[in-house]
Formats: sequence, structure tokens, C-alpha cells
Amino acid sequence: MKQNTLSAEKRRKTIMSVVLTIICIIYVLPVFSVVLNSFKLNTFVKTETFALPTEESFAGWSNFVKGMTFGNYPFINRLLYSVFITVVSTALIILFTSMAAWYIARVDSTFCRIIYYLCVFSMVVPFQMVMYTLSKTADKLHLNTPWTIPIVYLGFGAGLAIFMFVGFVKSIPLEIEEAAAIDGCGPIRTYFSVVFPMLRPTMISVGILEIMWVWNDYLLPVLVLDINKYRTIPIHIQYLKGSYGTVDLGATMALILLSIIPVIIFYLACQKYIIKGVAAGAVKG
Amino acid sequence: MKKKEYAGNKSLRASKRRWSWLFMGPVTAAFAIGFVWPFIQGIYLSFCKFKLISDAKFIGFGNYIKALGDQSFRHSFWFSALFAIVSLVIINILAFTVAYLLTQGLKGSNIFRTVFFMPNLIGGIVLGYIWSMIFDGILSHFGTSILLDAKYGFWGLIILIAWQQIGYMMIIYIAGLQAVPEDMLEAARIDGATKMQTLFKVTIPNVMPSITICTFLSLTNGFKLFDQNLALTAGQPFTIMPDGSTVKQTEMLALNIYNTFYGQSGASQGVAQAKAVLFFILVAGLGLLQLGFTRQKEVQQ
Repeated sequence: MKQNTLSAEKRRKTIMSVVLTIICIIYVLPVFSVVLNSFKLNTFVKTETFALPTEESFAGWSNFVKGMTFGNYPFINRLLYSVFITVVSTALIILFTSMAAWYIARVDSTFCRIIYYLCVFSMVVPFQMVMYTLSKTADKLHLNTPWTIPIVYLGFGAGLAIFMFVGFVKSIPLEIEEAAAIDGCGPIRTYFSVVFPMLRPTMISVGILEIMWVWNDYLLPVLVLDINKYRTIPIHIQYLKGSYGTVDLGATMALILLSIIPVIIFYLACQKYIIKGVAAGAVKG
Repeated sequence: MKKKEYAGNKSLRASKRRWSWLFMGPVTAAFAIGFVWPFIQGIYLSFCKFKLISDAKFIGFGNYIKALGDQSFRHSFWFSALFAIVSLVIINILAFTVAYLLTQGLKGSNIFRTVFFMPNLIGGIVLGYIWSMIFDGILSHFGTSILLDAKYGFWGLIILIAWQQIGYMMIIYIAGLQAVPEDMLEAARIDGATKMQTLFKVTIPNVMPSITICTFLSLTNGFKLFDQNLALTAGQPFTIMPDGSTVKQTEMLALNIYNTFYGQSGASQGVAQAKAVLFFILVAGLGLLQLGFTRQKEVQQ
């Protein structure tokens, strides 16, 4: 009897595994079709989307070459802008919001409270609410270059980061900092050599969320940056496809493939942190 | 002793306050530039007529009346609402099912989890173009395109968003499911409950907090969708109304606001800003509703 139920249970599990495997294959098909089509001549992408490249439709690396040299600035240029903006914005956000969060959690003055509640409030404000005025303000203050746009990201992205850091700082016992103070540490030493290292888990979560946001963001950079001079990868792809009557789908797919390869490598390398970080950020809504 | 501790704390605080400019300064300045000032200015400008901010004239509620009377805006609201509700149901049912299967101790669960979550990392613009290639690859065999019929556009967006967000919601559900107390499930098993009974009477009531989070997340995400909408359909197909205005049939709220700001046909920034304020009220309202729900649940527990 027991043997029977056990084998029934085993069968059930096998069926579930098979079902999940099928869903899994369907799940990776879109990415797989990007790979396929990036090696096809443009005219075949629409008609033979799901077929393997044949001798007739195979394009070799020509789509990649075309995609990477398209427009006034080559792709590598856009890649560097994207990397720079993402890395600097994330670093600024982690450094400055964690400092502010520590101050808010420990000093608790009226000003701190106002800033904190404004941050929480900013999390429910959709970007469309501020996009016009924000882009005009950024223009006026000359924040419209890749070198200065991280300041805009720090401002608009502060809300979630402050919220997450304050929550974490409040869970750290005050005694540790008191001990540091007794040993003669001023606030700056206390923060950087005692508190900062303890914030690591939240820093990773915040960092992951900000990287994913900034790297993929389209609307903020397109409105803030001077797009005749500077484009990030999402802007490049949008304009590659958006502005021309006839679109080279093969080249577009090659560029899309190039732009998601770093993302997938990043994902596979830090998967554990990414999933944890995203789950931690789910409070945002 | 107590008094001394208090005094110590006070001097600690005082020493921190001397450095407030360093700790608070950068964030406060950036936050003022990146959020506070644009927000206040945005509210003010929604009551103004303007082409440039410098020559804004106060006109009261005129922009709001125009916004609410705009057929394309009303259409985009209903389109977004329908989209948000349909995507909410589909995403949550599928995400919960997958999460449930993945917490049954199957072999390879980690690989499945990795694959299902992956689309989340791809940006909206890129996702839109990947799926536009796929849908047109299928539809071209029937002599049509995703841009030609609003129905295709709607379901195309649903499929895209489901593909992107099921993995995300799945992660939240898995965390919820793993927190269901093992002894409760054990007790149900001993009492002879079937799998289905256990699921509906024990597991689901225990993951209600996750269900609340995911429901509201997918609802607000549905309303806020922009990049995917722009890349996949850009609002096509268009209909010319009898009064000469254009209604873009698959245009959602965020895209409608964007087009009102930056569209080529007589851009009207004041009306667009009023629409943006209404959009903000809608999204913030959903946020408050969620807070209410979560609080209520906490009280009950």
C-alpha cells in the first residue's frame, strides 16, 4: 500500500517536471529566436522567423557589423555611456543615500522626518508626473550630459534607497556605535569604518535594483540627455527602429543580442543576490 | 545611570549634527532637483497655460476639463484599466501555480526558477522589439500584423507582460510559500485533508500577504506600462474620430501623457501636465488602497 502511494507520488512529480520543462523551453524561445534572427538577412526575418538560417538566408556577422556602426556614433560609444551612467549613478546612490539614511535613523530631527516621508511619498509618484518639469530643470542646471545625469538619478531614485537603508539601520543595535564613540571615533569615522561595512546586504540589494533600473531606463535619459550627442543603448535601439520607414530587422536583432548578453552574464554571475534584491524591493509597488 | 546614558546619547547626536551638511547635503540637494521641485512645479503648471515654463499663465481648472474631455485620454484609461485587470489575473494565477510547483521539492527547481526570472532583467524597449518580431513572424503568415488590429496589440501586450513579470511575482510567492508553517501542513495531512483541501484551506490563507503585494504590484505595473507599449505597438492602429481628433487604439495612459507633451500635432503641455497629475492621483490612490489592505490584514492576524 505504502509502496503504491510512493510510486504514485513519484509519477506525479515526474509529470510536474515534464510540464515545467516544456514551459521552460517555451520561456527561452524568444531569446533563442533573437539569436537565430541576428544571423539572418533582413528579408528573411519576417517570413522565416522561426526557421534556422539556411544557406540562402544566412547573413554571417554582417548584421552585427551593420548594427555596431549604424548612425553617427558607433555602438561601442553608446555602450560606454550606458556603462558609465549605470555604474556612477549606482555608486552615488549607494554612498549618499546610505549616509543620509544613517543620519535620518540616528538623529531623528524634524528635518530628517520631512525628508524621510518625502522619500516614502516619492515612491508612489509615477515618472510621468515629473518628467516634463524634471527634464526642463535638468536642462537649466546643465545636467543633460552623461557625466552629470547621475545626479538626476540620485535625486529621482533616492526614495526607495533611503527607505530600504533606514529600515536596515534601525535594526542595527546602537551600542556598537556608542562603543566606537567612547573609543574616540567621530561621526565620520564611526560611519565609514563601523556602520558602512555592516550595511553590505542592503547595499547589494539597493545596488542590484538601481543597476537594473538605470541600465534599462529609456524615458529619463531620452528626455534629459541631449540625444543628438548622447544616447544610451535603449535609446539607440528605439531610434534604430523608430525613425526609419524601412527597418533592418536583422541588424536590430543583432544589437538586441549584444545588449542582452551583458545582462545575462551579470544575471548568471550574481543570480542569488539579484533574486534576493528584487524580493527586498518588492515593497516599492 | 539612566540620566548619564541619555546625556551620552545627546552629545553623540550633537556631534553628528555638526556633520549634517555632509550626511544630508548631497541627497537633499539631488532630491530637491530630481523630485521635490519638479513635483511642485508640475502641480502648479497643471493649472497654467504655457508653451514655455517662463510664460506660464494661471488659468484654473481649464486643463483638467480639457483632459477629462479628451477622447484619446478616456480611451487610454479604459484600455489601461482593462489591460491592468486582465494582466493581474493571468500573471498572478500563473505565477502562483509555478511557485507552488517549484516548492514541491522537484529536481531542478533552481534551474526553472533561474529561467522564469530571466526576462525581468531585459529592458522594456528591448522586450517590445523581441516580441514584435515574434508576433509579426506569426501574423505575417496570415497576411496581417500586430499593428493592424487593436485586439492583437492588446493580447500581444498581455503575453509580453506575462512573460516578463511571472518570474518576478513567482519569487514573491515562493518566499510566501516557504514561510507557511510546516506543522500546519503536517496537521492537515494527518487529519486526512486532500492536496486540494490543504492548498485552499491552509496554504492560500497563509500566503495572503504575498497575494496582496503581488495583486497591487501587477495592477500598478499594468497602469504604469510605458516602454513595452511604445516599442510593441506605439498605440497603433489609429482611428480618426468624427471631430478630427485621433484615437490611438492601443495607447495606454503613460504613452498618452507622453504623446500629449511631445506629440507633433499642436502639443499642449498644460493639458498633458493635468493628465499627469490625474495619473499620479490614480497610481498613488492604488498605493494607499494597498497600504489599507495590508494594515487591515495585520490587525486581523
